[in-house]
Amino acid sequence: MLNILFWVLSVLMLGSAAAVVLFRNPVNSAMCLVLSFLALAALFVTLDAFFIGVIQVLVYAGAVMVLFLFIIMLLDLKAEARRRLNIAALGGGLAVLAGFILLVVQVVKSLPAARLPFPPLSSEAQSDVAAVGWALFSNFNLPFQVIGVLLLVSTVGVVILSRRSLR
Amino acid sequence: MPTLGDYLLVSGLLFSIGLAGVLLRRNLLIIFMGLELMLNAANLSLVAFARHGVTAFGLPDYNAQVLVFFIITVAAAEVAVGLAIIVALYRLRQTTHVEDLDRMKF
Amino acid sequence: MDPQLYPWIILFAPLVAAGLILLLLPRHNSAAAFVGIATAALTCLLSWRIFLQPELAVTAQIPWLDIPGVFAVPIGVILDGLSRVMLVVVTTIATLVFIYSAGYMRGDEGIPRYYAALCLFLFSMLGIVLADNFVMMYIFWELVGVSSYILIGHYYRKDSAADAGKQAFLVNRVGDFGFLLGILMLWLATGSVMFSGIEQNLSAVTLHPGYLIAACLLVFCGTLGKSAQMPLHVWLPNSMEGPTPVSSLLHAATMVAAGVYMLARIFPVLLAAPEVVREVIMWVGAITCFAAGLMATQQDDIKRILAYSTISQLGYMVVGIAVAPVNDVAMFHLFTHAFFKCLLFLCAGSVIIALHHEQDIWKMGGLLPRMPLTALCLVAGTLALVGCPGFSGYYSKDLIVAYAHGASTAVFWITAGAALLTSFYMFRLFFVVFWGRPRSSHAEHAKQSPAIMTVPLLLLAVAAVAAGYPMVSKHFFALPHGEIPHIVHFALLAALIGGLALAALLYARSPMTDPVRIPLFANRFYIDNFYDWLVARGQGGLAVLSSWFDRWIIDGVVVTGAARTVWATGYVLRFLQLGNLQAYAFFFGAGVLALLYFLVFR
Repeated sequence: MLNILFWVLSVLMLGSAAAVVLFRNPVNSAMCLVLSFLALAALFVTLDAFFIGVIQVLVYAGAVMVLFLFIIMLLDLKAEARRRLNIAALGGGLAVLAGFILLVVQVVKSLPAARLPFPPLSSEAQSDVAAVGWALFSNFNLPFQVIGVLLLVSTVGVVILSRRSLR
Repeated sequence: MPTLGDYLLVSGLLFSIGLAGVLLRRNLLIIFMGLELMLNAANLSLVAFARHGVTAFGLPDYNAQVLVFFIITVAAAEVAVGLAIIVALYRLRQTTHVEDLDRMKF
Repeated sequence: MDPQLYPWIILFAPLVAAGLILLLLPRHNSAAAFVGIATAALTCLLSWRIFLQPELAVTAQIPWLDIPGVFAVPIGVILDGLSRVMLVVVTTIATLVFIYSAGYMRGDEGIPRYYAALCLFLFSMLGIVLADNFVMMYIFWELVGVSSYILIGHYYRKDSAADAGKQAFLVNRVGDFGFLLGILMLWLATGSVMFSGIEQNLSAVTLHPGYLIAACLLVFCGTLGKSAQMPLHVWLPNSMEGPTPVSSLLHAATMVAAGVYMLARIFPVLLAAPEVVREVIMWVGAITCFAAGLMATQQDDIKRILAYSTISQLGYMVVGIAVAPVNDVAMFHLFTHAFFKCLLFLCAGSVIIALHHEQDIWKMGGLLPRMPLTALCLVAGTLALVGCPGFSGYYSKDLIVAYAHGASTAVFWITAGAALLTSFYMFRLFFVVFWGRPRSSHAEHAKQSPAIMTVPLLLLAVAAVAAGYPMVSKHFFALPHGEIPHIVHFALLAALIGGLALAALLYARSPMTDPVRIPLFANRFYIDNFYDWLVARGQGGLAVLSSWFDRWIIDGVVVTGAARTVWATGYVLRFLQLGNLQAYAFFFGAGVLALLYFLVFR
């Protein structure tokens, strides 16, 4: 059961990701990206990471993609016009891509632990929200505070950057 | 049952698709979406490892999930700032085509 | 005070005095002179103390360069018979010259630096005397050269003085180069720099004879330079540009004797070397002795006559080292020569000052009635120099010539001939300067020098007379008791009388200018001119070569080349700045790929 779920979701996610890259119209790309994020959230759930899956939907699909669409509408972007193909750039890009895929495959193949099934979890699983919360506020308290400051800074930065005249 | 290797492979492929978007598309916003895909690929990898590294209590390794939390947060902040920059750039140059932005060269 | 400290006090007190004068008393003439004289007197006192109490410390060392198992070069002092005698000679003469200088240099504008330089010289010279190893001696050898340079160039505003100082230092450097090579060869062969160590180890090591010959002759190069033997004698006459007390102290009595002293120090090594080494030394000394005598007969500067005389007498000492079975023979002549030559120079200084810094003998004359004390001392010194029986030079010179007679007939006749020349030019000097009528108004109005200058003269005159007597010399030296062949006595006596007669014949009637003119001798065999040409040619050629190299290779290739290469690389790399975002992303991706590949798979 899990197997089928995994394959279906994977194909869905990869397919919509490919669609993001291939569509000409930015709005289409954005919608496919949303789909991809949702599939990814589902994949997280198959990995017993419920909290993360929900966060993924909330933040990414809910906030980030909304922002993206907002900007696309604001800038009123049309579908991208066809321009002449730059063979060199295309070639280079595909080469790097191919290299990277090869690398990933090699690495995964050479990892012996990758072929084993996941170890079982104990039955009395506590809520992973609490667990993540515990870890966040005890071991990772400092990064947590720093993230807070980071968000503040980026908010201020965005406000300044969107002024009409950057004085 | 899918193994760790399967998840890692999927993550790698997702990353490659994002990379393709960055390298091959000319629209700034699509490039940006490619970046987001790459980040998410990393997240998938991390969550897979969290599930893989089960602790003595029979629980997944939550440290990796905390890291995913951080990555999502940072990605959100980055998107906000990046889009603000793109808007400012659009206001100045009236284009989001990457090949038109080539003033900084020798 | 602990007698063990005496040698160290003797060595370092002059250095401290020099520092004191330079730092605290640069404008106090009398105080500087006082400090200098007091220091010299202190060293003199302690040296006599050491000499009269032979049971005092023999050697002491401060480890300096010490790498265990590889080499050890200490700073050490050695107080054997040789160094004790030399200490006494150096410090006594130094004290007398320091006192004399106070009178001679009155009115000079650089008295403190003069005394500071003299103290530095005293420090260096005592270092040579007390050194117990070759490296220390070499260091102080060079220091003596530096002090000599400073003192010769005391009147630095005069071009000739500055040039003379430079020439002295550079010519010495040439000799010192050979000296250093010789030291290194001996060090390599015996594994030790200590004189005692070298002597001990030399017998234990079998060497190719050529090696020892080369080493000894290279070491002799140091003597060539420092003791002004041919062909490196050219600096000594020019060093007369310095003040006369300097000429008497350094370039007559002590510094130039350092070369002979060094040979005396390594006498056992010279004895152990093949016969040819001593033959070479003997011939160099003999040729120098005779040629310098020839050159002296035609000089018109009173100090230069004495300078060539010094070179000639040093030749005698060098011959003495080569032909005698013990080093005391040459040291004896060094001993007596120090006193009478210093005396002669100080007399000359007295005359020069009385005639307001006139040095040309053809502007002097008739000074005998006007400066009787000086004349008396000069006569005493002259008689000692020419080897008149009853004066010190007789005993020491005759001894050397006797051994020369035993070693080689040719050298015997050469040294006897040199004695004839010595007698001739010294009496020429006496007749032209002190006899007859004055040749200039300065000479007419000359007056005897003040007591501060004449008292040292008188003291030295006593020494010049008495230092040779056996009852005196037996305390200082262990001279072999042999019978001197009668022919030696006859030949030298004949030389003395012959020279006196010839000089009287030519000069007693007080001619206004020199009746004899031999350009070859007057121009010093044109050796100076030859060196000029050689240096100019050699240096000129080297300069052209260096200039070409500097302009084309260093400037052209290296400097400009480096700059151009950097510029070119920059120009090429500029093309990477395309301005295209995706190009940058491509480079980034490729770089990451390569990095991952090398991290993971290698």
